[in-house]
Amino acid sequence: MPRRVAIIATGQTKHTARRLDVNIAELITEAVTRALEDADLTLRDIDAVLLSNMEPFEGFLFPDLWSVEAWGGYLKPSVKFNTGGTVGTTTAIAAYYYVASGIYDTVMAIGFQKQSEGHTQTAITTVGDPIWERSVMAGAIGNFAVMATTYMHESGVTEEQAAKVAVKARRNACLNEYAHLQMPDITVEDVLKSEMLAYPVKRLDMCPQSDGAVAVVFAEESKAVRLAPRPAWIKAVATAHEQQYMGDSPKRLAEMRSLVAASRRAYQYAGIVNPRKELDVAEIYEVASFAELAMYENLGFCAKGEGGKLIDAGVTELTGELPVNPSGGVLSTNPVGATALIRVAEAALQIMGKAGRRQVENARTALATGYGGNAWTDVIILSREKP
Amino acid sequence: MRRVAILGAVQTRFEARKASLAYNELVYGVVRELLDRTGVSMREIESMVTASQDAYDGKTISGMAINEVVGAYLKSEAKVAADGLQALLYGVARILSGEFDLTLVVAHCKESEGDPSMITGLMFDPFVQRPLRLDEDVAAALQARRYCRQRGLAPEDVALVSVKAHRQGLKNPYAQRAGEFTVADVLASPLVVDPIHELEAAPRSDGACALLLASEERARALTEHPVVIVGIGNCTDAYWTERDLADARALQEAARRAYAMAGIREPAREIDVVEVSARYAHEELMAIEALGLHPSPVELIAEGRAEFITPSGGPLCGNPPTVSGLVRAVEAYWQLSGEAGAHQIEGARTAVAHGAGGICGQSQTVVILRRE
Repeated sequence: MPRRVAIIATGQTKHTARRLDVNIAELITEAVTRALEDADLTLRDIDAVLLSNMEPFEGFLFPDLWSVEAWGGYLKPSVKFNTGGTVGTTTAIAAYYYVASGIYDTVMAIGFQKQSEGHTQTAITTVGDPIWERSVMAGAIGNFAVMATTYMHESGVTEEQAAKVAVKARRNACLNEYAHLQMPDITVEDVLKSEMLAYPVKRLDMCPQSDGAVAVVFAEESKAVRLAPRPAWIKAVATAHEQQYMGDSPKRLAEMRSLVAASRRAYQYAGIVNPRKELDVAEIYEVASFAELAMYENLGFCAKGEGGKLIDAGVTELTGELPVNPSGGVLSTNPVGATALIRVAEAALQIMGKAGRRQVENARTALATGYGGNAWTDVIILSREKP
Repeated sequence: MRRVAILGAVQTRFEARKASLAYNELVYGVVRELLDRTGVSMREIESMVTASQDAYDGKTISGMAINEVVGAYLKSEAKVAADGLQALLYGVARILSGEFDLTLVVAHCKESEGDPSMITGLMFDPFVQRPLRLDEDVAAALQARRYCRQRGLAPEDVALVSVKAHRQGLKNPYAQRAGEFTVADVLASPLVVDPIHELEAAPRSDGACALLLASEERARALTEHPVVIVGIGNCTDAYWTERDLADARALQEAARRAYAMAGIREPAREIDVVEVSARYAHEELMAIEALGLHPSPVELIAEGRAEFITPSGGPLCGNPPTVSGLVRAVEAYWQLSGEAGAHQIEGARTAVAHGAGGICGQSQTVVILRRE
């Protein structure tokens, strides 16, 4: 039986398109300072630090070692992860395993990215296989356009339904003081009329590029109970990878094999039979509006092909039966190396009752996901009850 | 407490340029061989930790291209962007957590596919130091100067490390560079950056290695004498221009933690074999001190009593970055399982694997293995 592990503190920066007043290291310090203050901790309380960042975006090797003073790593154990969009949840899951293993009692996970100092599409272009894929659908937008059209074909979802996801995200973001894109007056019409990037993906269907950082502190049971009035206990973690070539999973969004595998494994650990009824809130990694609808289906929030109907019925609105991304999600905030860890932080805030104006009332069980690379998935389930 | 054992270990031969293999093919080779050697089927393995660097692979999320060959389809893989020994540490944590039994640990690098000076230049502070066109050789040269001056060492003293390493390399079938060199040969080799000569710096290499970790119970079902990981320690130092480069404080601290976990009080007496990750000759001297093996390492080497230190020849005989620390664990395992061949240290029971990452070894990892 692994040791019980809980999240006891979180800290975020105000995410924005361009932070000209700080460098990467200073950006990290802001998030770390807030996380420590959140549970009245000092760096002495932290045994080890795990870092989450995609260094090709800013053109680094070992950005963690250069910035060590910014996150208080001097003479502490530390290691940096790199798994693409999932890197934040990869790092959160590693923090969980390290604490559960007994090697460390408290671990701080830090995610950061300053996309304004690099060139996002350049970095994402090299994700594709240099021989088979790079020349035909490199970059996030082309990839998603292919996935979205096949998904529309398979499930019958419409551009209007996808646009509703984009509207929900940017309106929820107005309740989140840390969110990047806050658009209180955005309408479905606005999304549909926004610039076409690659059919059917329009500008407002896509996530932004952000500068931002997040820090999350994980602790073993006795420390968690002592340091946090209401810790967010980790009930389950799971990771599943997809095959790398698009041709090996042509129905990538419709089927989302990695999301199905990881979520079913996590539900099983957490004893969840009916996720729509048993989860109180979900913070999912929806890189494009269409993806969120496909994720509803493949997370088992509704039947196959019903993702569009779920958003039509308002089930996933902040006031709905199962609010999805009350924070505004990735469509509102996307500093890549931090993004998936922000999902975990936001899910933890909901459990801890610290989510402010975006708080889902009486949230007891929360789901966080990471999505990245070529369609692979991390799933984490948090709970107010000890596992 | 639950412990973790090593079921098997594999490495490729290190070469300057493996032109016929893409990096995923390189990884496929070691994984396939590891499965064959251990008799474990990929179906049984649920957990993988890999180590590689996007900058060397020239590909964002470069771990993606090896997911299939490490068997990660619908399974749990994570990539550390750090020295390979850090991947082993995370693999240990995964098994100790109780969630996984078998964990595959893999590292790869094809240094031949990029410009190492440009790539290592990306480690430096982007505002002030990067415009100076620094790289890891320049930083190491400054460290070598500082350390030698501090300890009063002559160039001949440091060259002894190279002589020993390349002689050991003659017994290692995986070595890329080996030979019977004299101190004069070493000092006559071209300067990389003064005071470091070519034979005192690791060559540029392509290669990969892999280990299979398992819970101790699982290992005991297969062998009476499993090789168990009894101590781990990791420590991060200050950025290179914020510390005295002659101090190996992070390595001392990493070793202290690992020794405490393993119950080792007198490392010099209790450790039978050590594999040090020294990319430059002077780093081996620093490590011998910091690991508490001998107060004057030059004396130890000059008197021919240092054969237990990096018997494989180490990074000077071949060193794909990132693979560097993990292959030390491969060698340490082979020493304890009796598979080290011509450079076997007879009767070795306790071994240390050392890994380092960043500028002038800013990140340090120590792993202690014991044959039960």
